Amino acid sequence: MGQLIEVSNVSHRYDRHLVLEDVSFSIDEGAFVGLVGPNGSGKTTIIKLLLGLEKLQKGSIEAFDKPIQKFANKGHISFVSQKANSFNRGFPATAKEVVGMGLTSKIGYFKPSQKKLEYLIFEALDLVNMMEYANTNIGDLSGGQQQRVFIARAIVNKPSLLILDEPTVGVDTENVENFYKLLSDLNKQLGISLILVSHDIGSITTHVTDLLCLNKTIHYHGNPSDFESMTDEQRSQLYGHDMHTITHDH
Amino acid sequence: MLDAMLSFELLRNTFYTGLLVGLIAPLLGTFIVVRRLSLIADGLSHVTLAGIAFGLFMQKKYTLLFFTPFHTGIFFAIGGAIVIENLRSIYKAFQEIAIPITLSLGVGMSVVFIALADGINTDIFAYLFGSVAAVSRSDLYVILFTSVFVIFVIIFLYKELFALSFDEEFATVSGIRAKLIHYLFIVMTALVIAASIRIVGVLLVSALMTLPVATAIRVAKSFKQTILYSIIYGEVAVITGLISGYYLEIPPGGTIVIIAAFLLGATLLAKKFYFSYKYKG
Ligand SMILES: Nc1ncnc2c1ncn2[C@@H]1O[C@H](COP(=O)(O)OP(=O)(O)OP(=O)(O)O)[C@@H](O)[C@H]1O
Ligand SMILES: [Mg+2]
Repeated sequence: MGQLIEVSNVSHRYDRHLVLEDVSFSIDEGAFVGLVGPNGSGKTTIIKLLLGLEKLQKGSIEAFDKPIQKFANKGHISFVSQKANSFNRGFPATAKEVVGMGLTSKIGYFKPSQKKLEYLIFEALDLVNMMEYANTNIGDLSGGQQQRVFIARAIVNKPSLLILDEPTVGVDTENVENFYKLLSDLNKQLGISLILVSHDIGSITTHVTDLLCLNKTIHYHGNPSDFESMTDEQRSQLYGHDMHTITHDH
Repeated sequence: MLDAMLSFELLRNTFYTGLLVGLIAPLLGTFIVVRRLSLIADGLSHVTLAGIAFGLFMQKKYTLLFFTPFHTGIFFAIGGAIVIENLRSIYKAFQEIAIPITLSLGVGMSVVFIALADGINTDIFAYLFGSVAAVSRSDLYVILFTSVFVIFVIIFLYKELFALSFDEEFATVSGIRAKLIHYLFIVMTALVIAASIRIVGVLLVSALMTLPVATAIRVAKSFKQTILYSIIYGEVAVITGLISGYYLEIPPGGTIVIIAAFLLGATLLAKKFYFSYKYKG
């Protein structure tokens, strides 16, 4: 199994505020990584660095064996943003059109036929169980349904790595479970590697293969079951003070 | 009715210009509205006015004939577009600050050049409110070229423009060169504004870019439909507005915008009645 992402000694600051300090970790092909940490711990920042949305200041990041500065994303990495459902709700676009936006990098000199593109869009909508809403306006869907459409948009291009930044905010408990099941399927059946950002450790440990605890630096990286078997005290030492308050048993 | 318009060359040129403008203004306007840039179009049109006033002044002072006020208007519009885009990336958190800056600077410069060119005359009046008269053949060619360019770019970069308008972050991650396309977009906006000013005038150009879109959004089911309906509403407003403006001897900017607003009101009402009818049974 190869490595998709290798982060070494990355530090990052906004103005003078140091947000990440000497962060190193790597992500293997096929992994389902849970990235957890309290508010403001730097989760979104590290994601933005991986996606090239924030400029690397210190340390190095390799994506698909290329330095991130040189890595031109042609659909290898895709993501669902933390703000995904804070878009302009009046935007006149159907679910189908939104999913189609995930195919932009496919379009260029070797443009696949309209039929093929359409097929890919329906395939993605089907995977997230949103087929019947293909022609519904995105603003007319519920929060959880919109989230599914955004996931379809992120996977329509068959990425190798899918990054999701707190995708379950605003999704009810029952749908959260379905949602994790969907992610597991993407991971196991389509072989898409995943990074799932969350501050709810309790509900993701059963699904992920790797757990990464971040609070400015990496406090834990390893097997979720080892993490589960630790005592609260050990965990809070690893992770920071407020950790046990957001763990709950399932 | 159309006879008179089509038998005089200048009027015919005006009519063709109207047809082109009725197409490209709502076409680009759809993207402008969903990106919430409607007011920026207003800022740009006033910068264009400054360019036109500058051209009038130069004409008066140095009898420059190679560059007409129309040309200087285009140059100013493009310059203004680049300034706006830079302001928008400098003030990321409150991008609308670009509007008062460019709008007031545009008006300020217009006043100065108009005064230097000996005050308000009929020329300036035509640029403010539009005119049915006098689109020269060379101006028509410039507008035709602009239209072909805009249509070509939008067809070729449709997916990119659409994705960027909806979600800039995602578009950037999927490898779209956001910065380049933003510049291209705002320059196209400048060109469309400069072209439309011949017909609807500086003060009403943003209305032609937004009113048809506002109407279309209420009835369209998808983004592509929104574009299509916007163009239809835009063409109806421009054609009927031009003809009625010609016969009533009113600047067409006024008639076009009133018709566009009427279409909006009628559509909203029709939709309301349709729904109340539907839900009653
Ligand atoms: N663009 C920015 N400019 C300045 N400071 C920022 C910026 N983005 C984030 N920060 C700061 O960096 C720190 C880490 O932010 P980040 O968004 O990475 O946290 P997070 O772990 O994703 O938090 P959350 O769980 O709330 O999403 C925060 O203290 C935040 O205030
Ligand atoms: Mg975050």
